[in-house]
Amino acid sequence: MINIYEVNETNNMIQNANLDVRTITMGINLLDCASSDIKKFNQKVYDKITKKAEHLVKTGDDISKEYGVPVVNKRISVTPIALAASAITNGSYVEIAKTLDRAAEAVGVNFIGGYSALVHKGMTPSDEKLIRSIPEALASTNRVCSSVNVGSTRTGINMDAVKLIGEMILETAELTKHADSIGCAKFVVFTNAPDDNPFMAGAFHGVSEYDTVINVGVSGPGVILKAIEGCRGADFDTLCEMIKKTAFKITRIGQLVAQEASKRLGVPYGIIDLSLAPTPAIGDSIADILVEIGVEYAGAPGTTAALALLNDQVKKGGVMASSHVGGLSGAFIPVSEDQGMIKAVQMGALTIEKLEAMSCVCSVGLDMVAIPGSTKATTISGIIADEMAIGMINNKTTAVRLIPVIGKEVGEMVEFGGLLGYAPIMPVNQFGCERFINRGGRIPAPIHSFKN
Amino acid sequence: MKKGIITVLGKDRVGIMAKVCTYLAEKEINILEINQTIVSDYFNMMMVVDLSNSKSDFATSVDDLDAIGQEIGVVIKLQLEDIFNKMHRI
Repeated sequence: MINIYEVNETNNMIQNANLDVRTITMGINLLDCASSDIKKFNQKVYDKITKKAEHLVKTGDDISKEYGVPVVNKRISVTPIALAASAITNGSYVEIAKTLDRAAEAVGVNFIGGYSALVHKGMTPSDEKLIRSIPEALASTNRVCSSVNVGSTRTGINMDAVKLIGEMILETAELTKHADSIGCAKFVVFTNAPDDNPFMAGAFHGVSEYDTVINVGVSGPGVILKAIEGCRGADFDTLCEMIKKTAFKITRIGQLVAQEASKRLGVPYGIIDLSLAPTPAIGDSIADILVEIGVEYAGAPGTTAALALLNDQVKKGGVMASSHVGGLSGAFIPVSEDQGMIKAVQMGALTIEKLEAMSCVCSVGLDMVAIPGSTKATTISGIIADEMAIGMINNKTTAVRLIPVIGKEVGEMVEFGGLLGYAPIMPVNQFGCERFINRGGRIPAPIHSFKN
Repeated sequence: MKKGIITVLGKDRVGIMAKVCTYLAEKEINILEINQTIVSDYFNMMMVVDLSNSKSDFATSVDDLDAIGQEIGVVIKLQLEDIFNKMHRI
């Protein structure tokens, strides 16, 4: 029988350490909406999403109330639109983005992901049409998130797509410059993108999935932080054991919520994503955990090792707590969404180059990094290519979500609001890479042996 | 059996248990176990209850107990037992 101390421990995590389930994301297959006419397609898409996700928000809220644990976000991911819409012969894909936006609003979810294309080897006409429509799609919708997978360990990196995306990011920034280029916060470029990621902006419903599926993203940096405060001065063995045990407990909550949501909605349960996802709230920071482990600020020497051990212990504890683990599953290191990261940048401890190194040992990459709006498209593409190469060679997911803020320069602050937080503009290496980006073609797939 | 856990946290005063138990009796929610401590005037109670025959639905009871708590100046929570079992039992 459960005792009073265990009950208090759980409730303390919820009340004082920001324990929550970050998202219940319903994946919805849109391949069966295919049509050559964009109007018909949009109607089918709207009908399917609003029918399948009709009870999603209420179910999430009910579970939250009955178990007494916050379920922060309810979201939807759909089949990459470049695939689902590829039969369309008329109209602009921006209309599809607007349809997704309307559907998301109708069912009450705050984000819908899947305005996406998978181009890690080559681009179909539909892929290219979608990528070129991203700036306008993100500027004319509020809830739609977009992603493009440009590389994989099996196929290499599609550098034509990388080049195009650098240009699209700048254009998105320009079109949303009235709101600190916020359009770019809803777009992410991937290598080795998972099919079942419940987290935005990169969520989409992969083609190997069920017709509809429930994926759950857990969180809990605050809980890990509180737990390891009790290990100050202890050796690594003690520290790692504590992180592992705490991650187990956090993940069990996610597993419970996922199973319950799946049962109540009559939709198969897909995966739990073990990611530690920070929020701008005080005490809900990955950077603070790194500081507690022992570095002065995130970015100081030792940071990559601290992050590596954190990420690995979270997985070790989490894997046993859940029957199916998937998605991104790693510590997120977004800058604007993490109070400690913002502070580290302001102190001069954290640079883009160090973030890049950190992304070698955790998910997901250069996330929510604000850079000067005057940055060249080729430089953005160069930064993307570097991050993609890390993912490709190391057989892991990496991503880039950069926000070139039009009209702002290094040191100025940019405010995105809500979960997206705020960030100081970070300096970018000023040396050029035009010749590299303008080559075009593909970087070949890496060798899978001789791993040194 | 649909089991819930009720926790009461707050400054000790006369009648906390009376209030909670009266409500539970009204709704035919059966108390299975009570565990309580008072540490330096702080009231800390946990109750395991069976809601199988409850006359009100679970979410309503959560709200009702919360309201009773606010009335007498303590925090009262009702949660399904599974959240604790899942977290603390393998």
